[in-house]
Amino acid sequence: MIPRHLVISVAVMLVLVVTMGIYARRMRRQARELESPATNTLPVAPPASGRTEAVTLYVADDSPGILRQEAAQIPLPGGRQQRAEELLRALLRVYQQPGAAHPLSAASDIRSIYLVEPGMAVIDLNAAFADEHRSGILIEQLTVNSLVETLAANVQGIQRVRILVEGRARETLAGHADLSDVFDVQKMMQ
Amino acid sequence: MPFISKKTLASLLGIVFFAMAAVVATAPQVQEKQLSVYAPVATYTLPVLDRSGHEYVGLLELLEPLGRVSSQAAGGRWGIRYNSVDGNFAAGKSRGRIRGRDFDLGAPFLIENARGFVPLASLGNLLPKFLGTAVDFHQSGRRLFVGQVGIEPSFHLESGAQPRLVLNFNGPVNPTISTEPGRVRMLFKRDPVLSPGSQSISFADKIITQATYSENNGAAEIDVTANSPLLATYSNGGKTITLAAAPTEAKSGQGAPANPLANAPSQPKATPPPGTAPPAVRRPVIFVDAAHGGDERGAALTDRLAEKDVTLGFARLLRHELELRGFAVQMSREGDTAVPLDQRAGSANAGQAVAFIALHATSQGSGARVYTALLPREGESKGVFRAWNGAQEQALAVSSMVATAIVNELQVRKMTGRASAASLRPLNNVLMPAVAVELAPGPNGAADLGSATYQQQVAAAIADGVVSVRDRLGVQR
Repeated sequence: MIPRHLVISVAVMLVLVVTMGIYARRMRRQARELESPATNTLPVAPPASGRTEAVTLYVADDSPGILRQEAAQIPLPGGRQQRAEELLRALLRVYQQPGAAHPLSAASDIRSIYLVEPGMAVIDLNAAFADEHRSGILIEQLTVNSLVETLAANVQGIQRVRILVEGRARETLAGHADLSDVFDVQKMMQ
Repeated sequence: MPFISKKTLASLLGIVFFAMAAVVATAPQVQEKQLSVYAPVATYTLPVLDRSGHEYVGLLELLEPLGRVSSQAAGGRWGIRYNSVDGNFAAGKSRGRIRGRDFDLGAPFLIENARGFVPLASLGNLLPKFLGTAVDFHQSGRRLFVGQVGIEPSFHLESGAQPRLVLNFNGPVNPTISTEPGRVRMLFKRDPVLSPGSQSISFADKIITQATYSENNGAAEIDVTANSPLLATYSNGGKTITLAAAPTEAKSGQGAPANPLANAPSQPKATPPPGTAPPAVRRPVIFVDAAHGGDERGAALTDRLAEKDVTLGFARLLRHELELRGFAVQMSREGDTAVPLDQRAGSANAGQAVAFIALHATSQGSGARVYTALLPREGESKGVFRAWNGAQEQALAVSSMVATAIVNELQVRKMTGRASAASLRPLNNVLMPAVAVELAPGPNGAADLGSATYQQQVAAAIADGVVSVRDRLGVQR
């Protein structure tokens, strides 16, 4: 005859095993759900609780082929480099909204912005930004002007801008706009 | 054994050498047979082959400048697609199929090095099947006219002590003019000049007696017979050539300068248009750059239409419009080939063109946009050597004038046009005034991008714009 306390102990252990199995399965499913957003290249949402600042975005409009100045309030971090990145990501979100006047691919992103020397900014785009960009002189030039002018208008002291794709020099954005040289902000804004 | 002295041997070798030189010098030059094609979109010449007593011309090469063409050869069969028209032929067979119907070539089809050749005699009936339009083929002169492109001359003699023969054409012409004792020869190689109605016209004048018209090997020729040396001058934008008796030596010191050609004994030389010196006739060159090409297709304008194809057709039309206005045109590419950007700029700089026009196309917007270079932060210039990426800087002001002039011409034609700056190579790298024109859809949308009629309207606006600022390009009227 098996002692009663032993039966109870085995039953409790079985319940614990089953409960832990169910818990482990749920944990694995949650982990899998967390993994998938890591491959999504959509821009990261800005910190909702940050202090917002007034900025001017130079937003492209394909139809008349111009840049429009749009005032916006966006949360910006303290560092100059991080501010520049958040600024262009905010601009990018305008282009990624449904019905945008100058649509860009949802996978487009700003990888990084480097302020490498006084007056020089390097914008590093992801591959999808260039690969999925529409081709045409006007369309490409509007994108370039929008990035450069927005950056120069909101980050003090930027006089020259270089655009890279995935950290490397690229001849053109999508077959037309020349990315092989350094843009002169003053000439571009004339 | 007989012995030949060194002196005798040297003499013999000398005689042999001079005899060979004399034979080479006096041998008649073999002139390559050629066919000239005059079409609204292009004027070009093609080599003509002689095979088995027939004259042949490459069909792909003939149609390629007129539209989108592809061909394929398999075994003894050869197929060609011109726009949406298919043709199929077999080597050695005189019957082929075009648009699904039998067609008799009159002589066997020829395949050499995977290229298909059709008998020259068949062109008058063959080409309308592909082009869908009538052609006028002058077989004996090897001249082919596609559409209404012919230029007709008319003669008007003003008699008197100093008679003048005025030749009026209904389009600009640029013949090679040479003088021989007793006559002036005008050879029209690229101009679609037609017969004035009669092969020979006699004049009741003691000095200028006769004019004859002939066609031979892809060129037309007008010969004017005179008893006195003649002076040729151009006017009316190249539409009028006036032949007048040249002043004699005694008179030349008092009045108009004597034409150096008028007294030339027998060596043919070019006659200059008025106001140009030295005597050689040289049209100002415009460099037309059909963007993209080869593997670099440019934008996909529609499901079937690539930017590289539109720019090439557009460039051919622009070439025609510029040539009509008295310019010579250098093209960056004549076919579907990839040409590096640096090579395009290098060719334009080396060719000393007076203007550079790059052609692009887009499915966005409407009308056309004209761009000048948005110069980057310039590289370092050393002495007389300009930085490659800033070569355009000194010409930029005139480039802007050209762009504005083209936009004005577009607006005159009720088309949307706007000028702006773009960071677009190779505009930065050329030394002469440079613009890029991006052709956008017309009233019928993106379908207009492939329309020769729509492209021709924009090409005419560009050409008129260039003409309106030709003084600023350093070109004399």
